Amino acid sequence: MTFTRRHLMASTAALMVLSGTTAIAQSEVPADANLAADQTFTYRVGDESPSIDPGKVEDVDGSDVVRDLFEGLYNQDADGNLVPGVALDHTVSDDGLTYTFNLREDAMWSNGEPVTAGDFVYAWKRAASPELASPYSWFIELMSIENASAVIAGEMEPDALGVTAIDDTTLEVKLSTPLPYFPQMLTHGTTFPVLQSNVEEFGDAWTQPGNMVSNGAYVLTELVPGERTVRERNEMYWDNENTTIERVVKLVVPDENVALTRYLAGELDRTDVPAGQFPRLSEEYPEQAISVPEACSYYYMFNLRENGPEELKDERVRNALSLAVDRDIIVDAVLAGGQKPAYYFSHWATAGFEEPEIAAASMTQEERNARAVELLEEAGYGSDNPLTIDLVYNTNESHKSVAIAVSQMWKQTLGVETTLSNQEWQTFLDARGSGDFDVARGGWCADYNEASTFLDLMQSGSGYNDSKYVNEEVDQLLADAKTSETPNEQYTQVEQIIAEEMPIIPIYHYAAVDMLSDQIENWPVNNFEQNWYSKDLYKIESE
Amino acid sequence: MLSFILKRLAIAVPTLLILVVLSFVLMYAAPGGPFNSDRPLPPQVLANIEAKYGLDQPFWKQIVDYVTNVVFHFDFGPSFQYEDRTVNDVIAQGFPVTLTYGFWSFVLAVVVGVSLGVAAAIRQNSWLDYLAVGVSIGAQVLPNFVMAPILLLIFTLWLGWLPGGGWNGGQWQYLIMPVIALSTSYMASIARITRSSMLEVLNSNFIRTARAKGLPGGRVIRKHALKPAMLPVISYLGPAFVGMITGSVIIDIFFSTGGIGVYFVNSAFNRDYSVIMGITILVGALTILFNLAVDVIYAWIDPKIRY
Repeated sequence: MTFTRRHLMASTAALMVLSGTTAIAQSEVPADANLAADQTFTYRVGDESPSIDPGKVEDVDGSDVVRDLFEGLYNQDADGNLVPGVALDHTVSDDGLTYTFNLREDAMWSNGEPVTAGDFVYAWKRAASPELASPYSWFIELMSIENASAVIAGEMEPDALGVTAIDDTTLEVKLSTPLPYFPQMLTHGTTFPVLQSNVEEFGDAWTQPGNMVSNGAYVLTELVPGERTVRERNEMYWDNENTTIERVVKLVVPDENVALTRYLAGELDRTDVPAGQFPRLSEEYPEQAISVPEACSYYYMFNLRENGPEELKDERVRNALSLAVDRDIIVDAVLAGGQKPAYYFSHWATAGFEEPEIAAASMTQEERNARAVELLEEAGYGSDNPLTIDLVYNTNESHKSVAIAVSQMWKQTLGVETTLSNQEWQTFLDARGSGDFDVARGGWCADYNEASTFLDLMQSGSGYNDSKYVNEEVDQLLADAKTSETPNEQYTQVEQIIAEEMPIIPIYHYAAVDMLSDQIENWPVNNFEQNWYSKDLYKIESE
Repeated sequence: MLSFILKRLAIAVPTLLILVVLSFVLMYAAPGGPFNSDRPLPPQVLANIEAKYGLDQPFWKQIVDYVTNVVFHFDFGPSFQYEDRTVNDVIAQGFPVTLTYGFWSFVLAVVVGVSLGVAAAIRQNSWLDYLAVGVSIGAQVLPNFVMAPILLLIFTLWLGWLPGGGWNGGQWQYLIMPVIALSTSYMASIARITRSSMLEVLNSNFIRTARAKGLPGGRVIRKHALKPAMLPVISYLGPAFVGMITGSVIIDIFFSTGGIGVYFVNSAFNRDYSVIMGITILVGALTILFNLAVDVIYAWIDPKIRY
């Protein structure tokens, strides 16, 4: 069962029973599996997470930890579909504004107290409150919960947030506008419950091991910042008997090459593949080197501000520059990690998204180059009047390789002179945000599995629209898509407009490249958002 | 002597204050801020966060509040990046780690470096000298960011003798590679300084006199030559010691030790103002302290120096 928008709209007001009944077969271990004696899963991250407080968690690595320690209303299965978590199911009112969740009775906190609807109410109000000042409070707003904006702005008390505990096992949520993908957002850490008495007893120190009470499949047993975080089985978890992995160890290994060495020495079960090493590793370790779609798009943006460069205001110039970028060379020769060339912005693997027809995508590179030359000549640039461009990117080996490749393509095909400048991250953000560039690198990762998470960037009012691209038609289409039963029609049109007007050059769609021990089974390779739950994994003896 | 120490400590206070103000100004002058990211926070959310950390206050008030908290409450404030922790937590957890591997690196560098230098000087132009000079030049040209992955490759991947990183409360297996990687280049410098200084001393008149009086060679070295030969080494050791115990970002990155060095660099990249300030003050205070210690040891070794 997938929660596509269409599906949801068609089934409003119907009782939504999620896959299976109580015993969901998530970590179903085959009877003949030769389970390893030591069920410890050890993996690498590059940096310590800012926070593992569900209300404040903001990074991917932190979210991975939070998903093990806490359980929200819904979980995802290996394919990214929603399965029951603390909630068994929910109903939606006819107007799509009221969601009523039916919670399971056997959900427990690690201290033995039952998990109640009130715990969610407390957690959501806390996440939105100016007092906590969570960098992810905007997620509550993104969920369109009633009064969220006013609470975050401090204009209303947190108690005004549209979330109510009808009784211990019934949670009611009121939205300010219908949001068909609302249930999908409930797998995000910001929406997980926290125990009020626990948070109040320890204050800021409640996330320390020994203090923290959690309701997920694991509890926090050790946290040495910058070194390791250990979580172990939560005996109180309602589905504990179906959990196989006993202990999960997150090691902070800042250098990815060191991490690879340690992986090969058997110290890690999972690590990232360092840039450029995927071809070699997938040859040497075909069973272990995996590349899966990752929900991010890589692009270059043009500065379209009033005071931006005049030459880039010409659509023909922007199209010529885009056409001259040979995406195949970038993904096959420069990155070589299973990425896909991009001719449109939304990631191709986004749920429910149908590939739009883009003219450039079906041309050969020779055709694209020929067209690019024509366009640039039409625009009045050539050997007597060469185009010069400043390309800015943040300091990183991989971004640098892409930038060099692109500047060479522009030079060879179009005779464009490109000045490359790499900037330290904060300086780069400052330059990009204030429009101090001609062309700048961009990368965008999905907040949820629906194409609007990408395309909303193209709205003229979006805070993330660093091109400052303005097109009223696009704004209208995206607004229409919010309530449309067939939003793909709008998305296709938006993608086609972008491909015509080219405010950004989509370059490639990301892939996550990892080394994963062949002892680890059930890894959710098909989960587009890369949301994994240790409780669903198991470890077999090495052969 | 006591008045000298007191005077130096008294100067240390304004020195540190200047350091604080300068760092504060430079930090704020750098583009970006602690809560900038590629998905800019909605203005209201940003306002809440800035209010929480006092970043909405005028600049002068931020400095005054900061200095007041540090001086009167010994409170370096919350980390902006690691929201669950304060700067005191970050330092309390990372500094002992760095101190441990830094201290052992220092001991190793001094013992091996001085021995190599002395041996090379005594047997100048012999095979021992060439070996010592060769080893120290070799160690010098192998910076720790080259040493570290080589050590990992040999001891973790090929031989499987040592864990590839981590700290584990500072067990000896986890200490060996960080200590070797951190100490080698210091060791090389100490050996070269010791050798040249020792050669100079050995050629001086008072050593010739001692030898002429018929004192045995070992006694000449130990009793007469070593002390004066150590003077340039000691002036090198003060800053070197501070450098080692305040951490090496390379060691922390390659061996995942969780020491303070990695925070020093990351906090600057993340614009984690409070952590930058905390570590700057820590390193500043230690530098002042050990420079003072070097001067005191100088006076103790060299009778010509009196304060």
